[in-house]
Amino acid sequence: MTFEYAPAPESRSVVDIAASYGLFIDGEFAEAADGKVFKTVSPATEEVLSEVAQAGEADVDRAVRAARKAFAKWSALPGSERAKYLFRIARIIQERSRELAVLETLDNGKPIKETRDADLPLVAAHFFYYAGWADKLEHAGFGPAPKPLGVAGQVIPWNFPLLMLAWKIAPALATGNTVVLKPAETTPLSALFFADICRQAGLPKGVVNILPGYGDAGAALVAHPDVDKVAFTGSTAVGKEIARTVAGTRKKLTLELGGKGANIVFDDAPIDQAVEGIVNGIFFNQGQVCCAGSRLLVQESVHDELLDSLKRRLTTLRLGDPLDKNTDIGAINSAEQLARITALAEQGEAEGAERWSPACELPTSGYWFAPTLFTNVTQAHTIARDEIFGPVLSVLTFRTPDEAVAKANNTPYGLSAGIWTEKGSRILAVANKLRAGVIWSNTFNKFDPTSPFGGYKESGFGREGGRHGLEAYLDV
Amino acid sequence: MPTSASPAARALADVTASDSALRRFLHGLPGVDAVGLEARAASLGTRSIKTTAKAYAIDLAISMVDLTTLEGADTPGKVRALGAKAVHPDPTDRATPATAAVCVYPDMVAVAKEAVAGSKVKVASVATAFPAGRAPLSVKLADVREAMAAGADEIDMVIDRGAFLAGRYLKVYDEITAVKEACGASARLKVIFETGELSTYDNIRRASWLGMLAGADFIKTSTGKVAVNATPANTLLMLEAVRDFRAQTGVQVGVKPAGGIRTSKDAVKFLVLVNETAGPDWLDNRWFRFGASSLLNDLLMQRQKLATGRYSGPDYVTVD
Amino acid sequence: MSDKPEKTERSGRLSVFKTYKLYVGGKFPRSESGRVYEVTDSQGNWLANAPLASRKDARDAVVAARKAFGPWSGATAYNRGQILYRVAEMLEGRREQFVREVAEAEGLSRAQAEAQVDAAIDRWVWYAGWTDKIAQVVGGGNPVAGPFFNLSSPEPTGVVAVLAPQESSFLGLVSVIAPVIATGNTAVVIASERFPLPALSLGEVLATSDLPGGVVNVLSGRTAEIAAPLAAHQDVNAIDLAGADEALAKELEIAAADNLKRVLRPQPVDDAGWSATPGIDRMTAFLETKTVWHPTGSLGASGSSY
Repeated sequence: MTFEYAPAPESRSVVDIAASYGLFIDGEFAEAADGKVFKTVSPATEEVLSEVAQAGEADVDRAVRAARKAFAKWSALPGSERAKYLFRIARIIQERSRELAVLETLDNGKPIKETRDADLPLVAAHFFYYAGWADKLEHAGFGPAPKPLGVAGQVIPWNFPLLMLAWKIAPALATGNTVVLKPAETTPLSALFFADICRQAGLPKGVVNILPGYGDAGAALVAHPDVDKVAFTGSTAVGKEIARTVAGTRKKLTLELGGKGANIVFDDAPIDQAVEGIVNGIFFNQGQVCCAGSRLLVQESVHDELLDSLKRRLTTLRLGDPLDKNTDIGAINSAEQLARITALAEQGEAEGAERWSPACELPTSGYWFAPTLFTNVTQAHTIARDEIFGPVLSVLTFRTPDEAVAKANNTPYGLSAGIWTEKGSRILAVANKLRAGVIWSNTFNKFDPTSPFGGYKESGFGREGGRHGLEAYLDV
Repeated sequence: MPTSASPAARALADVTASDSALRRFLHGLPGVDAVGLEARAASLGTRSIKTTAKAYAIDLAISMVDLTTLEGADTPGKVRALGAKAVHPDPTDRATPATAAVCVYPDMVAVAKEAVAGSKVKVASVATAFPAGRAPLSVKLADVREAMAAGADEIDMVIDRGAFLAGRYLKVYDEITAVKEACGASARLKVIFETGELSTYDNIRRASWLGMLAGADFIKTSTGKVAVNATPANTLLMLEAVRDFRAQTGVQVGVKPAGGIRTSKDAVKFLVLVNETAGPDWLDNRWFRFGASSLLNDLLMQRQKLATGRYSGPDYVTVD
Repeated sequence: MSDKPEKTERSGRLSVFKTYKLYVGGKFPRSESGRVYEVTDSQGNWLANAPLASRKDARDAVVAARKAFGPWSGATAYNRGQILYRVAEMLEGRREQFVREVAEAEGLSRAQAEAQVDAAIDRWVWYAGWTDKIAQVVGGGNPVAGPFFNLSSPEPTGVVAVLAPQESSFLGLVSVIAPVIATGNTAVVIASERFPLPALSLGEVLATSDLPGGVVNVLSGRTAEIAAPLAAHQDVNAIDLAGADEALAKELEIAAADNLKRVLRPQPVDDAGWSATPGIDRMTAFLETKTVWHPTGSLGASGSSY
């Protein structure tokens, strides 16, 4: 008899999803001007979770006007009062974290283990952190009396819906800006629940406006003439489009875009922890993470040993019902994303890389992709260059530290990198040479509200988190 | 090198050829990042083991208990009661599995042996000047021989932590091989590292390999007599060591966390560590044990809860 | 200008004209185009011919700047500070030349030109002192909620294209170059289109200031023509649009989006024309923040129980 884990599903009953949701503008839920709606589904089952109003250009205009109207009072509030609103929000998120974790798992498809242990704690921590800044801005190193910018238009992705909302809204509100935020079309629900949290916190009307919708709504928001600040997290292609849109305007722009992070394993690495770091680096959130360690650069002398360990470890990953507390790998967020991952993996095979996945039964409904490794990958392969944004790891080798650095930097991206070695001086030397905004040495995919996050090169510009994260929302 | 060298040691004969070779080998093992190791152990600790899986795990855990009494105040009466409990842990439910063994001091082996007679329960004896291990080798070997003569099925020896920390790895190795030789073919040898005294995870990994090279049948965390005993992290690390050792030598070695594991919840989490690190081959009391005393009653209460649906209480399990 | 004759004759002697050249990779090439354009003083009098740099000159300058980036960004901050200070020393010695060039170019009185040049020299000194301080001001440790050492440090962005201010031919120029290179970036600078001579002369000063070749590259010519390929260049990391008008700035910002260059839009200039002590914004505009994590662990394997 073997140790089979019985199903351990988190109860859905902690969350009450309404049949339909409106746009959240000026403190009220409202239908879209043109009455359009769209459905949001659970990617694990394709079950329709709710029907959501779909914002269009007219709604964007209404929301921006509401935010502009609210800006005068909100920015004039003493920082200590703004702080208290944010502290309230942080506390309510903590109180409702189980509900929000289940909701996020339903709408996004990621495992409850992650929403419960990573997303939600970080969301609350982020609000708590920036709450404390609101009345201390004059000490932040941006001049004696830093001013907010005005109305922030924010567009966020579907991979960490509520966490990305927190990264955007918390610093914006702390610095006295008002916000119009567009969540991704596949994951609108947690942002709408956040609207309810704003209500519970007594946040003044119009300070936060939430506009579920598609790319056209995001484009309208970015282009709106009364928006002073644009913050976007998403693909590099869209980021470039946004940069063109705001060119020549007064709008301040920060972009947090794609990546092709190199996870570099030297022959003296703490091998078991490196394996965990590699797994965490590429399979956390099904690899749908901009800072994923999607390129494993392993020193040739330990390649076989490491790959054996890694493959053995992958066989223990549990893929399935995201609500099950023992699930390690959940669903891919959408059919569209699944198609992209599938196509790139096929291209990897076509270009001659060697594909491997553990034996893994995929559910019959929903969007699923087995954890996948590619070996014999070179810098010339598409899967070594393009961001896959899925649970697909490309394994490359190197011989010397110089070569490792050269290969790691040989990408237009520059968001994250990992270094595994027990030699301290090598960590510092390599970290110094890597052109990436976040370097994890002997760890990976760690996040904290105090720690600035953001990329070099085509991974975007500006930093979110920490003191640095304030700059994006201040007129400095 | 003793002629009775284990197959593993023969496979890696060159590494035990001298103190310096052994040192080079042990210090060439991959390092351990403490934060990463503890995070992995904690992460496995979040596994949710319910219903049928829990029932399986609890019975398995009971069958893996080395029911232990190692007190200066141990008496024949105490040891007889322990033996009876090991054979029939729950008098109200004879389907409850027996524990793996009872674990006693050498002078109690004969009593224990008699108490478990007719059952499959083994008698394990601590030896080699337990728990400090500060005695001449001749005394340690005499200790082992006495226990063997009294019928011990298993010997739980302590290593010389002083020698280990002083870097005299070959001395530690030679002592283990000598004890292993004294055990002969009839007793399985558990080697206790006292991980709390080795202090670092790197040392625990080195000690694990050292013990396995010297022929240990089990590697065991602790005596239960120091501040830090079995922890999820040090047990995880030792499970990695036995896994890697088998991959390299073909020889399977068991693991025994001892001390500090008191609740069913904890025990189940340790079984998750076993399952997802060393693998299902170790999910058997031949390869994994819990050195514990109070743990058994909690397992029994949980077992009753699963059977009846209501929470049990301390009056419904035996106090021995 | 009254001292104009100095340029042509002095004491009856025919003076030696200077051939103004580009400054690229530590060398002084003529434009690859083989073309020059006429530079005049504020009265329209001929001062010199300046090289009319082409897109190929721009390309060569980027190659030189990229090559110089590794060593320059890898130099110690102290070393960079000493070199920037050396620039000030060298300028001090050639003060008269720059006063004349600035006065002629911008149509300033001698006193006004002296003020500009003195302020420019002092600006090098100011930034020389910043090289080993900016990291402490904008970087630092982050108190993350876990057993990790976490440090954020500023790093130079890379190769920066700099459109020098059009009006302030020397103080404005220095005010945009110094902050870029102080932190370890390298620069491709487009001189003021109408007043390029102080910038081209600055190249000569930089060449004798221990500044490695390629750290600063100076091009003269049509700003819009040279800037377009630089804004679109995939190996340029950032662009300072100080010398662009509104229409050009927008066009270049759009082109810069192709590889997501860091863009510093034209900033309002103080009434006194670059004379106010700058803040750190021109440095931070071309700095990345790198955050490095490492586990701290514990001294012993005490571990925690479940």
